Amino acid sequence: MHGSGISIWFFIGVSLLVNGVLITGAGIWQVFNPPANPVVLFYLHANVWWGAVLAVIGLLYCFKFAPGRQS
Amino acid sequence: MMAALALFETMFVPSRLVHLSSVDIAIIAFYFVLVLAIGFYLKSRANTAEDFFMAGREMTAWIAGLSFLSANLGSLELMGWAAAAYQYGILATHWYWIGAIPAMLFLGLVMMPFYYISKTHSVPGYLKLRFGESSRTLSSVSFAFMTVLMSGINMYSMALVMKVVLGWDIHFSIWVSSITVAVYVALGGLRSAIFNEVLQFILIWAGALLIPILGLIEAGGWSNLKLQIAHNASSEYTHLWSTLGTSTGNPMGIHWTGIVFGLGFVISFGYWTTDFLVVQRVLTAKDLRAAKMAPIIGAAFKMMVPFIVILPGLLALAVLPFKLVGETQAVATGGHSYNEVLPLMLARYCGPGLLGLGITALIAGFMSGMAGNVSAFTTVWTYDIYRALIKKDGSDQHYVNMGRWCTIVGVLISVGTAYLVMSFASIMDYVQALFSFFIAPLFGTVVLGMLWKRATSAGGFLGLLAGTLSSIGMWAWVKVDPSAIRYVAMSPSATDMAANMYRALWSWIVCVLVTVAVSYVTTPKTDAELNGLVYGVTVMPHEEQVAFYHRPVFWAIVVSIVFVILNLLLW
Repeated sequence: MHGSGISIWFFIGVSLLVNGVLITGAGIWQVFNPPANPVVLFYLHANVWWGAVLAVIGLLYCFKFAPGRQS
Repeated sequence: MMAALALFETMFVPSRLVHLSSVDIAIIAFYFVLVLAIGFYLKSRANTAEDFFMAGREMTAWIAGLSFLSANLGSLELMGWAAAAYQYGILATHWYWIGAIPAMLFLGLVMMPFYYISKTHSVPGYLKLRFGESSRTLSSVSFAFMTVLMSGINMYSMALVMKVVLGWDIHFSIWVSSITVAVYVALGGLRSAIFNEVLQFILIWAGALLIPILGLIEAGGWSNLKLQIAHNASSEYTHLWSTLGTSTGNPMGIHWTGIVFGLGFVISFGYWTTDFLVVQRVLTAKDLRAAKMAPIIGAAFKMMVPFIVILPGLLALAVLPFKLVGETQAVATGGHSYNEVLPLMLARYCGPGLLGLGITALIAGFMSGMAGNVSAFTTVWTYDIYRALIKKDGSDQHYVNMGRWCTIVGVLISVGTAYLVMSFASIMDYVQALFSFFIAPLFGTVVLGMLWKRATSAGGFLGLLAGTLSSIGMWAWVKVDPSAIRYVAMSPSATDMAANMYRALWSWIVCVLVTVAVSYVTTPKTDAELNGLVYGVTVMPHEEQVAFYHRPVFWAIVVSIVFVILNLLLW
């Protein structure tokens, strides 16, 4: 789906970027405000690094498949 | 935004498995906005029938392949097989490996060329070309109505899951999800369904992948996990094949012949090669090579799905501090049932944000399955029933309009079915059984049609009819006399799951025998009439010269090797 409109991969990039930013933000907030009943393995702060991974992948997809950049 | 969140909160009821934060709700809301935006964006690209029903036949192998898999990867599938893994152990993996991979590779390498070259719009459409109108009518009518009824059952089941997990009102879940699917499929047609399925596929992985990763960290790795399962349940739970020598030696009560021939051959090949819900996605490929590659890409990802479905079920056996029980016992004792294993694991590891993404993955899985059902129903209704039997000379625009209305009507029938099931729960078992009656015989008819040029129109139709009736007959026999299961499933202790597999096997054999017998006493079509439809008399289009690593057969071999290695590792 290239060359005739917005690629599906761009939509996926937007989705991963927005979700990644929200998840990382929530994770960072929890680092400084630990919950009373933390999840198992809370000390790994999965939402911080998993959210960051999603955001970076999303950003790459948004850039690579941005409308106007497609071949 | 805050008002919307407040409205969302009012939908909750006190009892729920997990509690969502504002970030979780924002992630779920963003998902709904995005899928609707895709539908509105693609409306302008669904003007012709070819656009609306076949997505313009311009999909790349990756998009067709991921969509092919996503249409199958519903949330009930995710939750159901995670529950089965907790209940039966790693045996549940057979439904993802031997119960899918060989059939998907066979579809890509052997069957796809005939579907693609014949330029059919649907599987019943292929039957029309190969065997005539009667076979098409039988398969299209049964498929259309069973599909839309199944969609309703899935809708109700998902609403029930949302009620248990999140405390959402059941009517709210049914209407919000069905209206969303109706809007984006009616606007953008199959292209919109496919775009959203690929998005949903990515979200399912993004939302579910963290559970096995964190679970393995908590369990101390695979070796420790096996030791803990052996301690908490049994060492049989972590063996894929070695316990299948007898039907009493494994938690599922099944013999290896049932897995290999019933599941691995008939059910799997029937579903993955002839169920139009999944085959439709591959028919949208832009060329023959993409059409052959799409199921192979799907197979590669299908092989990995147990990591996010089966492994969480196994991990729950090791790490949960309480024991899960059957649904009836859970209701009686107030405990948790097997079916809650995936949400329980989600709640165990996922904090704010991640929980929202995990729930979004479940909703996405449900909506991709529903959109798949509705778009397949719309195509079969419009092409194989409405245009074939009711209005043959409509304009292209007329059929597009019919497709849009049919999408809405299909969703409404699904909603109606959901409410019917809510009142009469036993309907669910009957409709699921009805659906299974058609799959195995249909595979017999299609595969003989593609591979045996002597098969005649009368043979194809009567074989399909006989196979279907024999399946119904066996099911009714066991219903009336439960002890008959010793004959149907070759074991008095066989579970329903085992009985389904053997019933499929027998009905397929009946279909094939009747087709062969009738074909030998009736007149076949000429070779010229069968060109493009049957192996041996079809001139295959010359495939472009590409490097070996771009060829479907190379990747099919790679997937096959990995498939064998994985089975041996977990023997």
